[in-house]
Amino acid sequence: MSSTTLSQIELRQRDRQRANRDRITRRINQQIVPRVILIGMCAVFILPFYWMLALGLKSNAELMLYPPTLYPHSPQWGNFDESTQVFPFWSFARNTLVITVVTIIGAVISNPIIAYGFSRIQWPGRDKVFLIVLATVFMPFPVIIVALFDIFSRLGWINTFLPLVVPMFFGQAFWIFLMRQFMLQISTDMSDAARVDGANEFQIFFQIILPQTIPALGVIAIFAGLHAWNDFLGPLLYLLDPDKYTLAIGLTFFQSTATYDVLFNLLMAASTLVVLPVIVLFLLFQKSFIEGISIGSIK
Amino acid sequence: MSTQADSESDRVSTSVAQPIVTQARRFYLPTRRERHQLLLAAIFVGPWIIGLLAFTLYPIYYTVRLSFMRYGGFNEPVWIGLANYRRLINDDLFHTSLWNTFYYTGLAVPIGVVVAMTLALAMNQPLPEIPIYRAILFLPSVLPLFAISFIFWALLDPNQGIVNEALRSIGLSPPNWFGDVRFAKLGIVAIAQFGAGQIALVFLAGLKGIPQHLHDAAMIDGAGVISRFKNITLPLMTPVILYDIILGISLGLQVFIQAFIITKGGPANSTTFLVYYLYDNAFRFGGNMGYASAMGVVLFVITFIIAILVFQTSSRWVHYDLT
Repeated sequence: MSSTTLSQIELRQRDRQRANRDRITRRINQQIVPRVILIGMCAVFILPFYWMLALGLKSNAELMLYPPTLYPHSPQWGNFDESTQVFPFWSFARNTLVITVVTIIGAVISNPIIAYGFSRIQWPGRDKVFLIVLATVFMPFPVIIVALFDIFSRLGWINTFLPLVVPMFFGQAFWIFLMRQFMLQISTDMSDAARVDGANEFQIFFQIILPQTIPALGVIAIFAGLHAWNDFLGPLLYLLDPDKYTLAIGLTFFQSTATYDVLFNLLMAASTLVVLPVIVLFLLFQKSFIEGISIGSIK
Repeated sequence: MSTQADSESDRVSTSVAQPIVTQARRFYLPTRRERHQLLLAAIFVGPWIIGLLAFTLYPIYYTVRLSFMRYGGFNEPVWIGLANYRRLINDDLFHTSLWNTFYYTGLAVPIGVVVAMTLALAMNQPLPEIPIYRAILFLPSVLPLFAISFIFWALLDPNQGIVNEALRSIGLSPPNWFGDVRFAKLGIVAIAQFGAGQIALVFLAGLKGIPQHLHDAAMIDGAGVISRFKNITLPLMTPVILYDIILGISLGLQVFIQAFIITKGGPANSTTFLVYYLYDNAFRFGGNMGYASAMGVVLFVITFIIAILVFQTSSRWVHYDLT
């Protein structure tokens, strides 16, 4: 009798010990290990930004010191203003902004229309054709840069913004995909009812579907804006005159100055000015950014 | 009685006849309704078709045609048959550029998958401060690559960079990253990891889609963390990983901006990637546009073949039907 109770107590103790051990391992697995990884990686990911700012604020004299100082000892806030004079910063910023705005307009107009055709209208072969849309995502753009340059120069479009913005009015595969996913989730009840009432497809598109896609339109506007603001190869190919250049090309001016030594402080100050609008936009619309990326993760 | 029989025979006849009729219709003429729907679809999808023809398919055809020509950009193109391709076969710098491109892609893509998967697994844990990590890790991947390249150039500079200063302070003799044949490509691989946050988010969305009951069941059976990752998480994530690998390879083979900005293809051509060499030939060396087009064709074919090969091996390691 007493031996069984003893062993029961032992068993219970062992159970409790095991439960404790399990709790500790789960704590390590779920809280400590991921925190160490994430904090470590965040430090690595912040370091380049820190260095951009630190270098951007150093004086020319401090820049020459070796070993480098780890933080700017006398921060030169005037570097930002000075960096905008190495190249016509504000004129290039205006060009970039024009291209960005027109790109957004093109994307917001074209992608919903195309996506509607791939999601809200039934037609034979639709989903097979959509596979072609998806396949074009994997098409390496540099394959055709020579041909595009020649085609656009025959059209007289070189040294204008047209090669950069006109294609945006014809839909981009990923944004069509995003919009289509969104439109497929909208119930067909309202459009069916409207059809019974004699509404045509265009009325249904404009009055019923489009108003419901505003969140997705926001995502597309953000991605289109990013695409234009971040584009390097396009402006490099098609824009020849400095009065047409964008900020992306402007930053390369720091390398073409006659002296061998690059003015890292001014380059980093200008880089800060170029990435700052993106960072602000990101912090304001983080949810939309993440939504846009996560929709792309369907199987 | 008779009406019932009629309707009966009707039903029989339609149920027999209908499949044949629809089949016939599918192969011959679309119905009036289908014609109407196709017309509507053409109006909505039309812009995409025009764009595909004008900005992708026609340029591909144009590239292939130019690849058989000698063309400087101003004079009339001259048909020279396979001469550009023969030149590619004997061009050592082209071979170097291919090797550099494969080397970069072969390192950047697998490392990228591991880094992104690690981040995604860590972010999938129930920690209250996850949104902060997510913001920090995701932000670099939405910033312009040209700016990131300039920043890394400063970061890894042998004299003014903080990375080498840190390595020196712990007693290591740091490499001259972008000035050293052995390290220049590795530096560019490191830049690619800076964009891992975006893929990590895609992975994270995939991880959130794995039903918890699978993990619970495995835990009851005594499966540990590693065993659950190997037998549940990883198999269920393979479709997303496949997508990322193929997109990563396509992007990796296009690597250009980093070399254009930081290394100018050097040192000793160690970062002359395929697209860099293509660009140089078309737009810098006085316009070898035909020759550059031949390189474009090669890039297209290589991307296509590798994508097909990855897809074919995928049936062995990608699981679509576990949920």
